[in-house]
Amino acid sequence: MSDPGHIDQRNGRLSQARDWTLVHYATLKRQVERLALAREPSPEGIDLARLDALDTAGAVLLMELVGAGPLAAIDDWAPELPATRRALLRTLGEAMADNQPPVVRPVRPLRDGLARTGQLVEGLWQQQRQLLGFIGQVLVTLAATAWRPARWRLTSMVAQVHQTGLNALPIVALLTFLVGVVVAFLGATVLRDFGATIYTVHLVAFAFLREFGVLLAAILLAGRTASAFTAQLGAMKANEELDAVRTLGLDPVELLVLPRVLAMMLALPILTFVGMLSGILGGALVCLLALDISLTQFLAILQRDIPLDHFLVGLAKAPPFAFLVAVIGCLEGFKVSGSAQSVGEHTTSSVVQSIFVVILLDAVAALFFMEMGW
Amino acid sequence: MNATREPLIRIRGLTNRFGEHRVHEDLDLDLYPGEILGVVGGSGTGKSVLLRSIVGLKRPSTGGIEVFGQDLRRLPAPARSRVERRFGVLFQRGALFTSLTVQENVALPLIEHLGLPRPDAETLARAKLALAGLPGKAAIQYPAELSGGMIKRAALARALALDPEVLFLDEPTAGLDPIAAAAFDRLILTLRDALGLSVFLVTHDLDTLHTACDRVAVLSRGRVLVADRLDVVAATDDDWIQAYFHGPRGRAARRAAHPVEEP
Repeated sequence: MSDPGHIDQRNGRLSQARDWTLVHYATLKRQVERLALAREPSPEGIDLARLDALDTAGAVLLMELVGAGPLAAIDDWAPELPATRRALLRTLGEAMADNQPPVVRPVRPLRDGLARTGQLVEGLWQQQRQLLGFIGQVLVTLAATAWRPARWRLTSMVAQVHQTGLNALPIVALLTFLVGVVVAFLGATVLRDFGATIYTVHLVAFAFLREFGVLLAAILLAGRTASAFTAQLGAMKANEELDAVRTLGLDPVELLVLPRVLAMMLALPILTFVGMLSGILGGALVCLLALDISLTQFLAILQRDIPLDHFLVGLAKAPPFAFLVAVIGCLEGFKVSGSAQSVGEHTTSSVVQSIFVVILLDAVAALFFMEMGW
Repeated sequence: MNATREPLIRIRGLTNRFGEHRVHEDLDLDLYPGEILGVVGGSGTGKSVLLRSIVGLKRPSTGGIEVFGQDLRRLPAPARSRVERRFGVLFQRGALFTSLTVQENVALPLIEHLGLPRPDAETLARAKLALAGLPGKAAIQYPAELSGGMIKRAALARALALDPEVLFLDEPTAGLDPIAAAAFDRLILTLRDALGLSVFLVTHDLDTLHTACDRVAVLSRGRVLVADRLDVVAATDDDWIQAYFHGPRGRAARRAAHPVEEP
């Protein structure tokens, strides 16, 4: 279709011929490199009269032979070229003449690795400080708006309850139901050896009332809602919407964070309750089908042996979990810095952090409740 | 003179609907080889939608768009990719890949489509960035670190990466300072003259229309009202065109481009 360009060498003159275009870049580059080794870049003895096609890639290659400065002065040494072509070469020469290549820092593995570790530790410390600061800010804003019902964002909050609570209900119910089934089977297998399968009822009830109901619901919300909060607020940050909110004299924490945090604190206890019920239901189903414990018997044991305290201990953990998950999600959203990659990084970070915090806090709470004898 | 040449892009009977809202209604337009076609129109007249339809990002409701004599939508994927490689598109907000440096942004199509080794691709990329007016040290920065004007230039360099035959520019001078905008117009003209590019230029910039465009197409009420040389378009009897070209800004731009014509 087109002839690859080449360089003829005849009695000391270099003659560029045929097509100097991007398609033939590899061939031309080899020739240019070979010649560039042998001579200083200069227009000396270069003849462009036989050039057929030339595009920007070809022009760049010519520049490597000629040098940027001389290319800018092409009118002086190659007036036989068409004016349009000279204009391109001149423009490129002028642009590249005072263009320094960027300085790339060399990689030093040991030093860089050490520096990176330091950065990560410092980052972790800053992150905790920021989180504490943000929690304080949210609480202050909450206290400031609590007395003024006119500033409550009810519509926004109801919409958030719908999204974080109602829409999450089926998945929370299904998941806890399945875990209830698994726990009951586990218990039945171990307890059968002792002839104590009846205690499967206690196991399922204890596990779901105290721990699993709230923990599973909180982890699901961390994955489902904290990430959504980060992505929503992060996209708003990237689009300068948060800045717009501020310049309008509004408080983004009051406008965007509070409704989300409050909605989550309302939704998680409800989801926890549903999680407890459906986990126990899963356990009851296994008892009925695999262990021949009838539903009546199951309920009678629940009523007789499981005090209400366990339910309250489990439920009491829901609001603080919800608060932390929502606050982490929102804070990570505020930290997004404009690029799509940053939205992704902070969404990941928000899910990891909120699940970590939920499990850590649950472990601490378990210790505390045990020591208190609750 | 245009009538004798084969158009590169031929749009016939293009209709675009979004639900009940009709953006284009039976629209005809041609782009000839080597010309710079300015597309103007009020906000919401579907200039960007037209551009997206031509490059194949938006499926038209009805009507045909022929590019290099072929209908993009009927081509199998590899052939379509080959045609698309002959396009260079500059999006309104740059659309640089935020996870890559500026230089990698420009080098990406060179590496992917031509299999150039990375150092070669980056040398070429730096030259194109310089051509587009970016300083050398900007090459290893990420798009998030650049100003709006620099993003525009980097995006132009990426659009030029594969030395395309048709360049689509969506409001290239919006957000540039007047000096940079004038340099941009000059660069487009230089490239067109040297490389024989065809340019489809969506713009609001009256100065660009006066200095760079060979023909101007005016979109209004879903059609191309008129597509012709600027003086013919400016003389067309239509309220919007009269207000656009003979308003205070239009007069100023014309005086700047042709200082002797007006007293």
